[in-house]
Amino acid sequence: MMTWDFFTEWFLPGIWITIQVLVYSALLSALVAFVVGTLRTSRFWIVRFLAGTYFEIFRGMSALIFMFWMAFAVPLMLGWQFVPLWSGTLALGLTYGAYGSEIVRGALAAVPAAQREAGIALSFTRWQRLRRIELPQAWPEMIPPFNNLLIELLKGTSLVSVIAVADMTFAGNLLRLAKNESAPIYTLLLVLYFILAFILTRLMRMLERRAKAGVGRAPEKKNGLLSRKLSPSGESMQASTQGAGGLG
Amino acid sequence: MTFDWDVVDEFMPRFWDGVLVTLQALALGTLIAFALGLVWAMAQRAPQRWIRWPVTAVTEFIRNTPLLVQLFFLFYVVPQWGPSMSPLTTGIVGLGLHYSTYTAEVYRAGIEGVPVGQWEAAKALSLSRGRTWSSVILPQAIRRVVPALGNYVVAMLKDSPMIAVIGALDMLGEARQFSNETFTTEAITVVGVAFIVIAYPASLLIRVLERRLVNNT
Repeated sequence: MMTWDFFTEWFLPGIWITIQVLVYSALLSALVAFVVGTLRTSRFWIVRFLAGTYFEIFRGMSALIFMFWMAFAVPLMLGWQFVPLWSGTLALGLTYGAYGSEIVRGALAAVPAAQREAGIALSFTRWQRLRRIELPQAWPEMIPPFNNLLIELLKGTSLVSVIAVADMTFAGNLLRLAKNESAPIYTLLLVLYFILAFILTRLMRMLERRAKAGVGRAPEKKNGLLSRKLSPSGESMQASTQGAGGLG
Repeated sequence: MTFDWDVVDEFMPRFWDGVLVTLQALALGTLIAFALGLVWAMAQRAPQRWIRWPVTAVTEFIRNTPLLVQLFFLFYVVPQWGPSMSPLTTGIVGLGLHYSTYTAEVYRAGIEGVPVGQWEAAKALSLSRGRTWSSVILPQAIRRVVPALGNYVVAMLKDSPMIAVIGALDMLGEARQFSNETFTTEAITVVGVAFIVIAYPASLLIRVLERRLVNNT
């Protein structure tokens, strides 16, 4: 089985790297999601078109291949390269940010038109309207789908092991090569990912309760400690942000 | 910045081999995901608690852990006490199993979308449980969720390069091998573009399906 030395030398740092990749790429994808998602509601067609193109390209792209490309093709083309950790983070952030932009766009579009009109009547600027009226009301609606996306991102962080970032999957593979004993290692890995997903879900639930209380609503009733089940409409929206279809 | 088209020409024959393997994995994986997902969804609604709980636990576990690690598990651990599978077969089973937990949720949403009156009507006509599912509930439920299922096929397509990591020669596997042999990187670019070229028309097709099947019922 695993020796203590190996555990402290590779596995613990691996967990830490996984968390780092997760946090950095989550921040990057949140940024991308809000910027691109908002731009996709712009009144200028060229802005909508460019943001929409970004979305379509990254939604059609496989994150793993993009990561490979960033790690191996870009250095040869440009003559300089990223630290592997950053090419992985960048690839994950840009891809999952594109998925998130669809969530932001959908939630902004779901804010009742009367709210926007009230803002216009009060002669708010566009930016004020977005910041003071539309985003605060759209935000609680975004959290459950963002939770799902965050879990997908957590699962996606395992991909960085393929471009030689020493995350926990990488440590697991190393251990398999060293000890030739795979069952306990991969079981432990799966359980670790599951625990991380569990913690994230709990945190996002807390955030949702808070955000919904902020606009005077009770959170949707959910059963189970972990299950991130969505309502039927939420489910089809979830499917379309991750897959390739539109919202029709 | 250099991009050598001669290298691309040289890669092309192997690229098509890779496309074939990717599509094969996708088609068989989809079959498994669609069939198994329906089984999960129905089992999660079973009246017996001892069916419902373990199935929910297993599907939640699979859904919340990375496909990549599951593939390693299937490839390195399962053969120790079970069947030994080729990389491609492992990949197909892994993709199918992983995505079956997603399609289960889609089916569940579709089943919940069927009005309660339909269940009651089936009961009033004293249809058996099997008949209720097969002739009343599922035809109405599945019609609505076809586009959502289609979306997961595209999502599966985008996750399919992971099977290259356990050694299957799909598009990424071929590109990786070719790049390592020739010290070039054009192959990866070609494969990346190919993914967008396949996924974008597929997404348009799903949008058409969505308009046809969901909006005019």
